[in-house]
Amino acid sequence: MNTLPDASVPATAGLGASRFSAASLLRTLARWPWGAVLAAVFIAVLACITAFPQSLSSDDPLSGDITQGLVPPGAEHWFGTDQLGRDVFTRVLYGARYSLLIGLAAMAISVSAGVLLGVASGLGGRWRDEGITRLFDVLSAFPAVLLALLVVTFLGPGLFNIALAIGIAGIPKFGRVVRSQTLLVRRADYVTHAVIYGRSRLDTLLRHLLPNVLVAVPVIATINVGSAIIAVSGLSFLGLGPQPPTPEWGVMLAEGRGILRVAWWAGMFPGLAITSSVLAFSVLGQHLQRSFEGRL
Amino acid sequence: MSQAPHWLVDVAGLQISTGPRGHETRLVQDLSLQIAAGECVALVGESGSGKSLSARALLGLAGEGLRVQAERLQLAGENALAFSTRQWRQRRGTLAGLVMQDALVSLDPLRTIGQEVEETLLRHRLLPNRAAVRARALQALQEAGMDHPEQRATQYAHQLSGGLRQRALIAAAMAARPRLLIADEPTTALDATVQAQVLALLAQRVQDGIGLLLISHDLALVARMAQRVIVLRHGQVVDAGPTDQVLSRPRHAYTRQLLASVPSAASRGHWLASARAEEWPDGQVLIQRTALPGRSAGPAATAQPQHEPLIQVQQVSKHFGRGPQQHKALQDVTFDLQRGEVLGIVGESGSGKSTCARILLGLQEPDSGQVRLLGQPWSGVAEPQRRALRPQLQYIPQDPLSSFDPRYDVARIVAENLPPQDKPARQQRLAQLLDQVGLPAAVLARHPRSLSGGQRQRVAIARALAAQPAAIVCDEPVSALDIHVQAQVLDLLTELRLRLGTALVFISHDLGVVQHISDQVLVFHQGRIVEQGEASALFAAPSHPYTQSLLAAAQHGSPQAPLALRRAA
Amino acid sequence: MQSPHPVLKAALLRLGSALLVMWLAASATIVALHALPGRIQDILAGDLELPGLKEAISAEWGLDRSLPEQYLDFIVRTAHGDFGSSYVMRQPVSSIIGSQVLPTVTLALLAGALATLIALTLATLTAGRPGPARRLAATLELGSASVPVFWLGILLLMAFSFRLPWFPVSGDEGWRALVLPTLTLALPTAGILAQVLREAMEKTLEQPFVTTVRARGLGELALRLRHVLRHALLPAVTLGGWLVGSLMGGAVITEKVFGRPGLGTVTLNAVLSQDVPVVLAVVLLAAFVYVLVSTALDLLYLAIDPRLQTP
Repeated sequence: MNTLPDASVPATAGLGASRFSAASLLRTLARWPWGAVLAAVFIAVLACITAFPQSLSSDDPLSGDITQGLVPPGAEHWFGTDQLGRDVFTRVLYGARYSLLIGLAAMAISVSAGVLLGVASGLGGRWRDEGITRLFDVLSAFPAVLLALLVVTFLGPGLFNIALAIGIAGIPKFGRVVRSQTLLVRRADYVTHAVIYGRSRLDTLLRHLLPNVLVAVPVIATINVGSAIIAVSGLSFLGLGPQPPTPEWGVMLAEGRGILRVAWWAGMFPGLAITSSVLAFSVLGQHLQRSFEGRL
Repeated sequence: MSQAPHWLVDVAGLQISTGPRGHETRLVQDLSLQIAAGECVALVGESGSGKSLSARALLGLAGEGLRVQAERLQLAGENALAFSTRQWRQRRGTLAGLVMQDALVSLDPLRTIGQEVEETLLRHRLLPNRAAVRARALQALQEAGMDHPEQRATQYAHQLSGGLRQRALIAAAMAARPRLLIADEPTTALDATVQAQVLALLAQRVQDGIGLLLISHDLALVARMAQRVIVLRHGQVVDAGPTDQVLSRPRHAYTRQLLASVPSAASRGHWLASARAEEWPDGQVLIQRTALPGRSAGPAATAQPQHEPLIQVQQVSKHFGRGPQQHKALQDVTFDLQRGEVLGIVGESGSGKSTCARILLGLQEPDSGQVRLLGQPWSGVAEPQRRALRPQLQYIPQDPLSSFDPRYDVARIVAENLPPQDKPARQQRLAQLLDQVGLPAAVLARHPRSLSGGQRQRVAIARALAAQPAAIVCDEPVSALDIHVQAQVLDLLTELRLRLGTALVFISHDLGVVQHISDQVLVFHQGRIVEQGEASALFAAPSHPYTQSLLAAAQHGSPQAPLALRRAA
Repeated sequence: MQSPHPVLKAALLRLGSALLVMWLAASATIVALHALPGRIQDILAGDLELPGLKEAISAEWGLDRSLPEQYLDFIVRTAHGDFGSSYVMRQPVSSIIGSQVLPTVTLALLAGALATLIALTLATLTAGRPGPARRLAATLELGSASVPVFWLGILLLMAFSFRLPWFPVSGDEGWRALVLPTLTLALPTAGILAQVLREAMEKTLEQPFVTTVRARGLGELALRLRHVLRHALLPAVTLGGWLVGSLMGGAVITEKVFGRPGLGTVTLNAVLSQDVPVVLAVVLLAAFVYVLVSTALDLLYLAIDPRLQTP
């Protein structure tokens, strides 16, 4: 999974000013290490499952034949059935959308607020910088789980609430990275010299500073989707998120924990799904980061 | 020729290669080298020549994944090819020491100087107790010329000046009294006067009996220090022998080219890159240079200024910080830049020349005094008022890569300085600019990261030219370049000056370069201009003691330039 | 000699901002409480419908007084460790927390120590040595960092409690009951820590001074232990605060998986029964612990890096 970036190869298509097309995308993928390609394919498949779970399974995720309860994995039921006779494979498929979409929603909150605050902090004067950094400190003092506990206590359980909690808890992570990147870029020669070429401050900000600061964000976001997914499913596991019979992976694991002695598959496959998704995003994110280090 | 107990280092047929078997790349090929005690041998070459690699191979530190082979590799009479890792480690620091460039990054910044110096002694358990180790360490610091060794030993590298840091590095390498010292560009990061002191220290060590392997790209330095020299190019030896022989009668065309391309007072008024060192029938090697066209009658006429000066700097001062510890970067600096003139600014680090450059470019405001550009007020006015004049004054920075937006390719970088125009006109202008700086049009689509140092500098020049400026401020534009690339870029700047009449403010610490290219010279020292005037006159007979010391350090103390190549008629 | 003043100044500043953050955290929670729709006494009462309860709550929280007075009162009480009473459990919150805090702290500390030990060992032994060992270590780290704590717990349960009855399935009896929960909490954290440490070490190994140290005859292990580790700890130290937060959150989950008594279980029950004072207290306490730990680590950072001590 470790290939050295080839410095003499022109910039990877899709990043920066080069043209973006299907052909150039495929060419880029061909140059990636096999781990990253696998991860990208997995994520693409995951996206399809999220949108169209019925394409891979025709069973109903929410109800099942109770006479067919606790059947081990086999030809009929690939992942077995749970105590209510529901097909675990189908439930895992339908569960993808919860973990993934809520994870992404939480990330969206973290990213947007984090970027805004981070840039404001990095560009601002001493007081604004100090103030926003203290804000980050306060936010990061509350671990995501505990913050979610607080939110749920006040607002009740549910998808939106845990997305909000995870989103807010994740702001400092993005905010700090964006802030340090802003501070770096702000002092870079290509920013400070831009005035020689007749650029106004606003022009330099929009044309040089912001793009080079924001270019790191998608990479960090990809790496962190994994922890968002774990957080969502973790909170659901604790019972703070969607309630049964929703086929959310964390909820499934909580139910599976109870019947673990008799049905190991109920505790295995939802967890496997979570881990694989997180792995895929992490591997992809790490690869993106490595190809970036050669560029920044 | 080699008698085993006689040589400290005896290498024959050294080869260092990398890559899978069958598709190997030879980084160093067939290098032979002998060093005796009490002598200094120099390995000279440009970047990528394999000199540092070869030196490190003598310590068994060539690097992971590299294959080191040789017919003979003997250190103090022992066959180093058969050394196990353990045996190598026993000899590192005790038999041979290593001194590298820039002590700030070559010493562990998180450890004190004392700890760094003591480390070799502790590791090899050479002394009976801690007290003895400490005493020896202090002694090593003193022998390296450190003032107040006890105090310095408790300090960290970042707290010391460049010269002191380098002495500490040398002390650490010499602590266990090795018989061989390998110095890889030991003075490159230092100012000329400090450089001279450190070199004197090394020369003293050689006199005391150690063997010194000196690696450098600087021929003048080598001429002064080494008894024998080996010239490397792309991993192969092109010339070797006693120093005065190699430098006065170089056999290989590459060495001759190298010597001929060094800018100095002698190359003034001539093209540099096309200079040829040729062997005459009587065995002498002389440099042939082509004179610049119509120098005295060109736009660089220094007789009297016909128009008002391009830039006027009057009584500019700048300080940083407050109170008693403020740093006076510039004090009462006054000078003019005439049209089409090359103004050389020379000085050591901390002399204020960079601050001066930034104020000239309007990147910083002076605390007092003023700057005028083309008769208009330049300092102390708001940017929107200056914007119309910006194209007239452009910049070539020391590090071009960091002044390029990392996302841009060459076309976008250069086009940034062009006025808005439609695509075909812009394409044409870009091609024209690249042609002016000697780059092929194919470079437009490439990214500066994939270009060489010289090519990047040309891109920076193209960008500066795009605005059709009356003057360009060049801040150490050739310092990081190899000698022959440096010659090409200097010639390019000269050509642009001749063809377009662009004035240049040329800032450099390298006296040879300044002597070669400047019409007028300003000598900066601690924020003041201590001397100024016409270049050749100033350097022929400097009046200020500081200028004299600068010249002395640059000429390395010997009245006769060691590169005794005379100009052909 | 270095003057102590810049260090002292930086340390005091750090302590000051720690206090500031704690104060802000407390304020944020109380503001959130007041920002919710509905009356405070209704929120605090939660599901309970007892006569006289709301009046008692009003009296205890001083809800009839002015807002600034309530705020001040809350801050002062919090500073003294008085978090009011739980109406669900009919006890002062501090005693609830006090009785349950030990098992959780034990678990968190053990897991933290184990994670740090694993990460340090893995990173030190394999950083900068390309080969199968490093690839294996990197893969393991990535894997364990991607595994959610609750799933790892379930897997370990299946393997070592059901299949091989080595360890108890739940409860708190004896040291055996600690093994699986500690492993569960430690491994994912170790994965992330190891990745950060390794990256920092490998970046350090590319620095020129490493060649100088090797040229003195030091072996690879000595080089890493005496020089590289210090450099690598710098970015890792800034992670310490995150580590504590992650351990606290992970402890809640681990206690649920293994049915261990502790602060996590108490808090979860409080959430589900809407016992606001308890949840509030636990979350605030966690925040304070985080601030304390990260401040201590920041001060440690100041002590390690001499470049920050003298300009």
